[in-house]
Amino acid sequence: MMRRRPCGSTECGIGRRIFLGGSILGVSGLGHLLTSRSAIASQVKAGGRRVLNIFLHGGVSQLETWDPKPGTDTGGPFRAIETTVPGLRISELLPYTARQMHRLSIVRSLDTRNGDHARGVTEMTTGRSRMPGVEHPHLGAVAARSLMADDFPLPGHILIRSSPGGRNVESEFHSAAWLGPRYASMALYDANPPKFEDRPGEITEDADARRDGVRQRANERFRLRRRTAETEAYDFSFSQARELLANRHVFEVSRESAADQERYGSSQFGRHCLLARRLLEHGVPYVQVNHADYDTHHENFDFHIEQLGEFDQPFAQLVADLAERGLLSDTLICVMSEFGRTPKINRTYGRDHWGTAWSVLLGGAAIQPGAVIGRTNANGTEVTDRVVDHGHIFHTILRGVGVDSLGEFEVGGRTFPIADPARQAIAELLS
Amino acid sequence: MSGGGVLLDPQQLKLLKEYRLERPLTSCHWDVRSRYVFCGAEDYVIHRVAVADGVVTKLVGHDSWVRAFGSSPDGEVLYSGGYDGRLMFWPVVGDVLMPMRVIEGHRGWIRGLAVSGDGRRVATCGNDRLVKEWDGATGQLLQEYSGHGAHVYNVQYSLDGARLYSCDLKGVVHEWRAGVSQPRVVATVSELHGYDTTFRADIGGARSIALHSDGRQLGLGGITRVSNAFAGVGEIVVAVLDVMDGKLRQVLGSKDRTVGTTWGLSWHRGGYWIGLTGGGGGGWLYFWRGDAADEFFRLKLPSDGRGVGVSTAGSGIAVAHADGQLRLYGVG
Repeated sequence: MMRRRPCGSTECGIGRRIFLGGSILGVSGLGHLLTSRSAIASQVKAGGRRVLNIFLHGGVSQLETWDPKPGTDTGGPFRAIETTVPGLRISELLPYTARQMHRLSIVRSLDTRNGDHARGVTEMTTGRSRMPGVEHPHLGAVAARSLMADDFPLPGHILIRSSPGGRNVESEFHSAAWLGPRYASMALYDANPPKFEDRPGEITEDADARRDGVRQRANERFRLRRRTAETEAYDFSFSQARELLANRHVFEVSRESAADQERYGSSQFGRHCLLARRLLEHGVPYVQVNHADYDTHHENFDFHIEQLGEFDQPFAQLVADLAERGLLSDTLICVMSEFGRTPKINRTYGRDHWGTAWSVLLGGAAIQPGAVIGRTNANGTEVTDRVVDHGHIFHTILRGVGVDSLGEFEVGGRTFPIADPARQAIAELLS
Repeated sequence: MSGGGVLLDPQQLKLLKEYRLERPLTSCHWDVRSRYVFCGAEDYVIHRVAVADGVVTKLVGHDSWVRAFGSSPDGEVLYSGGYDGRLMFWPVVGDVLMPMRVIEGHRGWIRGLAVSGDGRRVATCGNDRLVKEWDGATGQLLQEYSGHGAHVYNVQYSLDGARLYSCDLKGVVHEWRAGVSQPRVVATVSELHGYDTTFRADIGGARSIALHSDGRQLGLGGITRVSNAFAGVGEIVVAVLDVMDGKLRQVLGSKDRTVGTTWGLSWHRGGYWIGLTGGGGGGWLYFWRGDAADEFFRLKLPSDGRGVGVSTAGSGIAVAHADGQLRLYGVG
């Protein structure tokens, strides 16, 4: 198993300083610059589309989720159950999700030819095959850049996850690469809001305003001589810090009703899903919720009972809520992993890494509901119809929220393809 | 081998027979009269293997894997509990075996099954956190016990059948008595449970269970000192619990701290525990007298062990292997 990668890039450093909130001091008095909740709501209403990506870290088993093969040599002990789509069956470990399948679709034919955790995470979230020395922006950065209004007061790319564990392979930071640090991720840990720090009491409001004026003048003088994505992001970080402080309530899942909190359950993933709903309702264009861990080399079946038992109900609740609140037509949902797991059951009842024939769940926005794309053979050892990979999924997600994924970004006078030009969206999955 | 009453000297143990089945095996159980060994496998079928000639008869009826078995004392009825939640009653003898009773016993997996000494009651437990008792003849539900906070992994009757012991994923051992809805909490065996903070998952439980002939010592087999749950990096263990006072009598392990899980456990009338292991350290049969933590003998197996059964007379040991082989050991 790969260890978590430390990120020492400039973007990472700035991103963390900006968004973790540890150094946001002395701006709480600037309420006049803040955007109200109604303003946020109107922005959402104006048609902003969003992406919700649930990343099941470690590699969830396709056989225990979206492509069950009961009764075969690879099928394991679980049965398949009917869903709200006639003829579409998924694992019995997902009874709540089964009731939402008329809103979702499955791609069962991923062949990503990879069994490495870090590479899988990178490729699934950038849509590009990993090449040494080449960095591409994370899906969240691309979505934020494409979908976020210039005056949007919140970060456009938010990662919700647990506090880091010792050997965990989850990413803590999603790079925006050449899009610039403004679109890099802000991480929220354990369903807690960012660590806001109010202006120290000994600094008056006037003193704080004067201090900020000095900063702005210095910043302006610097900008006249040298203007880069980093300096812009640095300046942006100050204005966004103010916005964050003003909108801290957006991050407080405890403000949701007791009934909602009960419906999402007491698990951490349940709270994360409720926080994701809250952020999406406030128009955040990209929210990723990580759920870990699925790297079940040993006792795959017991651990999938445990992990999917935590995943199923809150996820299904989130899908239902987005639909009932009228947000699903503008919110694309994806459930992905870095790869799937081997059809062959190993000697300790585990399944190992497998990128040859596995599945991704999509739904919402322009995704056709209730569809199944692609097919694997009887025992799931190979794709027999409509082979796709991370590139196709990346294009499809973007097209699903109205982004021309075959287009280009212009950054600093250069153009960059939005997605891998060698791939395209799964057209038959789009309405 | 076939019920001759020869007590095993573990150090004289030899592989006598091996029979290949179609799929990797998950469990095995001797017929009371030592004519057959019943095997569960990575399919939905129970495989009856004739000890004499290896002829296999398939018992078809479950809708998932089967890992829990029991027999009526007269040897006429086989009880099976499956991951489909079904409890099934089967005839033991015959060329074509059809289920006598099919009971939707639990929501989710049945993980453990035990039969009282007089054969009148059958106990099951499973992922619905329940322990249930059934009439061994009619299949009628006699009692349902709730009180575990996690999946219940195994059950075992006391020698007189008046008490029933169950152990869950967290190592919590309850004692149940007929007509009493609340359990007596015997102990929480911390050696049998761990929470992996990296992978955010529980690991543990009594993967095997057996009662000492003194009726007081309950052996609970599993995995302990887990450093990586998802890779199965932990050590084999048998916790021997005094069910009267709830104290741990002994924690049995291996001299070389073998990596794996104790998947099978039996108390042999020769005066020792037999543990079957599988996992990173491979397959082994371990033998402990119980007066020391380490084994007095162990036998290397050709493949990971997943289930063990000892014949009624104590002369034969059947092992269900991950390589699809049923292997029969004895003194020959």
